[in-house]
Amino acid sequence: MAEGLISRITGPVVVAEHMLGAKMYDIVTVGNEQLNGEIIRLDADEAVIQVYEDTAGLTIGESVVTTELPLSVELGPGLISSIYDGVQRPLPELVKQTGNFISRGVTIPGLDHEKKWEFVATVKPGDTVGPGDIIGTVREYHIEHRIMVPPTGGGVVREISGGEYTVDDTVCILEDGTGITLMQRWPVRKGRPYRKKLDPTLPLLTGQRIFDTLFPVTKGGTAMIPGGFGTGKTVSEQTLAKWSDTQIVVYIGCGERGNEMTDVLTEFPELTDPRTGKPLIHRTILIANTSNMPVAAREASIYTGITIGEYFRDMGYDVALMADSTSRWGEALREVSGRLEEMPGEEGYPAYLASRLAAFYERAGRVTCLGTDERMGSITIVGAVSPPGGDFSEPITQNTLRIAGTFWALDTTLAHARHFPAINWIKSYSLYLDSVQEWFADHVSEDWRELRERTMYLLQKEVELQEIVQLVGPDALPESEKAILEITRMLREDFLQQSAYDAVDSFCPLDKQYWMLKVILAYHDAIMKAMDRGTSIKLLLDLPVKSEIARMKEREDVNDIKAILGQIDENMSSVEGA
Amino acid sequence: MQQKSLVSKEYKTVNYVSGPLIFVERLEGVSFGEIARITLPNGEMRTGQVLDISKDLGVIQVYEGTSGIDDLKTTVTFTGDPPCIYVSHGMLGRVFNGVGIPRDGGPEIIPEAHLDINGMPINPYARDKPADFIQTGISAIDGLNTLVRGQKLPIFSGAGLPASELAAQIARQTKVLGEGEKFAVVFAAMGITYKEASFFMRDFERTGALERVVFFMNLADDPTIERIATPRCALTTAEFLAYTHGLHVLVILTDMTNYCEALREISTAREEVPGRRGYPGYMYTDLASIYERAGRIQGKKGSITQIPILTMPDDDITHPVPDLTGYITEGQIVLSRDLFRRGLTPPIDVLPCLSRLMNLGIGPEKTREDHRNVADQLYASYAYGRDLRRLVAIVGEEALTELDKKYLYFADLFEKEFVSQSNEDRSIERTFEIGWNLLSILPETELKRIKMNFIEKYHPEHKDTTGA
Repeated sequence: MAEGLISRITGPVVVAEHMLGAKMYDIVTVGNEQLNGEIIRLDADEAVIQVYEDTAGLTIGESVVTTELPLSVELGPGLISSIYDGVQRPLPELVKQTGNFISRGVTIPGLDHEKKWEFVATVKPGDTVGPGDIIGTVREYHIEHRIMVPPTGGGVVREISGGEYTVDDTVCILEDGTGITLMQRWPVRKGRPYRKKLDPTLPLLTGQRIFDTLFPVTKGGTAMIPGGFGTGKTVSEQTLAKWSDTQIVVYIGCGERGNEMTDVLTEFPELTDPRTGKPLIHRTILIANTSNMPVAAREASIYTGITIGEYFRDMGYDVALMADSTSRWGEALREVSGRLEEMPGEEGYPAYLASRLAAFYERAGRVTCLGTDERMGSITIVGAVSPPGGDFSEPITQNTLRIAGTFWALDTTLAHARHFPAINWIKSYSLYLDSVQEWFADHVSEDWRELRERTMYLLQKEVELQEIVQLVGPDALPESEKAILEITRMLREDFLQQSAYDAVDSFCPLDKQYWMLKVILAYHDAIMKAMDRGTSIKLLLDLPVKSEIARMKEREDVNDIKAILGQIDENMSSVEGA
Repeated sequence: MQQKSLVSKEYKTVNYVSGPLIFVERLEGVSFGEIARITLPNGEMRTGQVLDISKDLGVIQVYEGTSGIDDLKTTVTFTGDPPCIYVSHGMLGRVFNGVGIPRDGGPEIIPEAHLDINGMPINPYARDKPADFIQTGISAIDGLNTLVRGQKLPIFSGAGLPASELAAQIARQTKVLGEGEKFAVVFAAMGITYKEASFFMRDFERTGALERVVFFMNLADDPTIERIATPRCALTTAEFLAYTHGLHVLVILTDMTNYCEALREISTAREEVPGRRGYPGYMYTDLASIYERAGRIQGKKGSITQIPILTMPDDDITHPVPDLTGYITEGQIVLSRDLFRRGLTPPIDVLPCLSRLMNLGIGPEKTREDHRNVADQLYASYAYGRDLRRLVAIVGEEALTELDKKYLYFADLFEKEFVSQSNEDRSIERTFEIGWNLLSILPETELKRIKMNFIEKYHPEHKDTTGA
C-alpha cells in the first residue's frame, strides 16, 4: 500500500510525494481528516489527486494513503428512491450524522448494510449459472430487483436458499466456494459488460407532444437539450423523468440548484406514474451534487449515475438517465485541468473533453444483457447543456452534437413569450425517425410519419412566409398562404405548447397526440378545399370549431377530440351553405 | 485541523509580489485557506489568505492590497484559522467594513459566535421547499415573476439604470401576507460609490428600518480584494440571524460585477488559464458558493432570500457575469434602457424576466387560483404585441388587422399601467385587477391560456353581468 505526504495544495487538487506503487484512478484518503480523493495523474513518485471534499485546512506534510481500489459504487437492493451525492454517499444519512450542512471526512456506504431483504431464489443447487444469470429476486417497492451473478463469476450452484438477508450476506455458494451476495461493487469509470448492442427501434414515450411526435428519441438512444438560462432545461428534464415509459429513472443534478433538488424530492413521492399507478419516487434514483458542493465530486457524479443505470439495465429493465447539466460536468473537468496546468484546448477546456463526452454518451444503448436468458435492457441518456450566453457554438454543445441522436434546441425567444416547452422546431432534429417509423405504424397509425412530415413542412413554410410578412406586410400574401399562417399558429399554440404544470395537459398519451394533430391537419384540408370552391377566407377563420380545437389539450377523452372532425365538416357546410 | 502551536513563526521570506498576491518561501506547517497577518515595514498590519501552497512556496492574497509591501522587511505570520467573522444579534443597525470590522465609529460588537465565512454547503436533503409568497408591491414582480421566501432573484441592471431604487423599494415594501414575523436585511456593498451606499442608508432611515439592517460596506475606494470576503461575511451573518435567531433575512448584494472583477484580478495575478473574457474558469463554482447560500432549512424558522444586483457591461445579458448568475439563481429581473428612456419606473423588461420558484408561491390560498393563467396570458399577449411593433416599423399600422391593432394597444397600455407604477405599493389584488382590465382589451377567444371557468369568474365583463 502506497503512503505518501502532501507536497502541494491548490483548491480541489492536492499533490502527494513518495507515492510509488499507487495506481491511476485509485481512491486515496488525504490528510488527518481522511478526505476522499482520486489519483488523476502519476509523475514518477508524485501523485496528483482530485479531492472530493473541501481542502481548506489541509497542511503540507500530512499523509496520503491509497485504498488500492478505484472509485466504485455499491449495487444492490436499497438503491431505489435513494438520494446520493456525487460519490454515492446517501444524503439523508449525512443529515443524520453531520447535520444540515455537509461537513468533511465522512464516509458512509451507499447501501444500508443493516437492513434485511426478503430473497427468493430462482435457481436450485446443481444448476449451472454464468455471468449475469439471475439467481433470485428481492422485491423493492413494486420493482423486482434481480440478483445476478457478477459479470466475472459463474459455476455450478452448491447451496442457495431464500430468506432474509442483508446486502453483505452470502445467499448462494458455488461449487468452487465463491459466494454471491445481494450486493456487487463496480468501478464507475468502467462500463458494465453486456452481450451485444442492439439497434434502437423502440421509441421512448414521454407524453410530450413535441418530443414524441416531432422529435422522438429511442430507448437506448441519446438526446441533448441545450439552452440558455431560463429556457426550461430543468423543467424539460424533470418532465422527462416524470413521464418516460421506463421502469427506472436515474436523475443526476450535476452542479445545479439546491432548491430544484428539493423540488424533485418533495414532488416525486406525491406524483404517480401514469403507467403503474405507483409513486414516481419508487422508480427513481437521485444523484444531487449541487453547484456549491465540491467540484471533483461533481465530475464523478455522472459516472456514479450511469453505473447505477447500467446495473438496472443488466437486469433487463429500460432505464432513462437525465443528466442536468453536462456543462457543469465539463466545467468541473476544466477546473481540475486548469489546476493541473494542462495545456488548454478551446475556451480553456481540456483537449480530452470531446473523447470523455463521447465515452459517456456511448454508455447509452439497448443491449442483450449478459446471462443465458438473453433478456434485453436499455439506457437512454438525456443530457442538458448550458451554453454560456445561449451560444451553441461553444465546445460542450458542439461536441455533444456530434454524438447525440436527438437534438432538442431550446430557444430564448420562445421562452420569453412563454411558449413552453421552448423547443425550437426548426433547429431541432431526430436521427431516429426511420428506426421508429415501423413501431409507430404498428402501434399508432400508418399515417403517423406522413402527418409528422406535413406538420414539419407547414412549420418550415411559416418561417419563409414570416420573412415575407416582415418585408411587405400580411396583406400581400395570397389567401392560401394566409391560411397556412393560420394553421401554423394553431399548430404552435394548440399542439406544440404543453403546460408541464397542468393536471391534464402535462401528460399527453400517444393516441391523443395523434388525434390532436389529425384534427388540426383535417381543419387545414377543409379550409383549403372550401377556398378552392370559392369561399372567402374571412368566413372560414371565424368558425366556432376553432375554439374547440384550442381547447383540445384540456380534454381527457380521445373520443371528444375525434368528434371535432365531424364538427369541422358541419361548420364548413354551414358556411358554404350560407 | 491540526492542533495549533502556541509559538507562531514569523516569516520574512516574501520573495515576489504581484498585484494582490505575495509569494512567501520556505513555509512550514501552514494549511490551505488559513489567514495570514502581514506586518509592513512601517508597522501597518494587513490580513491575507493562503490560496496555494507547496513545499517551498505559499501564495497569499492580501485583502487590503499590496502597496507598501517589500520583499525585505515585511513579515508574515499565520494564524492557523480559516477566515472567520464574529457575529451576534447586536449587529442589526450597525455598519461594518467588507471584512466585518465596525466602521460606524461605534463599539466592537459582543460576539455570540465565531464563524468561518466560507460556510458549508447545505445538504440538499435538509433543505425545505420555498413556499411562502412575498408581496413586494411591484406588479411586474408579484404578478409575473413572483418572489418566494428562500429564493435568490437577482436584478440585472445596466450602468445608470435605477436598480438601487428598485432594490430599496423591494426592501421597503416586502411583506408576507397575513404574518407579522420578524425580518432583517443584510446589505453588502461591493465597490459601489459612497453616493449609492448613502442612498440605501437614507432610504432605510426614512422608513425606520435602519435598526433591522446590517451593513457591510466595501466602497469603490476600499481595497478590491476585500470584496472577495464581503458577500461571504454578509451571508455568514445572515445564516446566523436566520438559523440561530429565526429571522427572515433579505440579503441584498450589490454590485456582483465588481465582485467578479476582483475575482478576475486575483486569477490574472496567479497566471491562471483564463476562461471567457478573462474571468477564471471556476467563476461558476465560486458564484454558486455565494448564491446557493439562500434557502430554507427543514425545522428552522428563519430563511434567507437573496437579491443580488449586478450591472451588465454594455447591457449585454450574455456577458459572463449575468450569464453565470442566471444559470445559478432562480430567475432574474431585467431592467431595460429602452423603457427607462420612455420614463417607466421601474423599467422592468418583463420578457427576459423569470422566477423559477413562482409556482411554489402562487395559487389558491397563497395568491389566487387564476394567477398562473393570468400571468401566462399577459406574457403571451405582450410578447405578441411587442413583435407587432417591429412589423409596424416596416409596414405601418394601417397594414395590421383589427385584432393586431388591439394587441398593439394592449402592449402599450401594459407597459404604462401594469409595469410602470413609481412608488405605489400595490396589493396583489390590485395587480390582478389591472391585469384583467388589460386583458379585457382583447377578444375573449384570444385568451387561450386562461381556463374557461376563470374567465367566467374574473373577466371584468362577466363580473359586471353577474354583479348586475
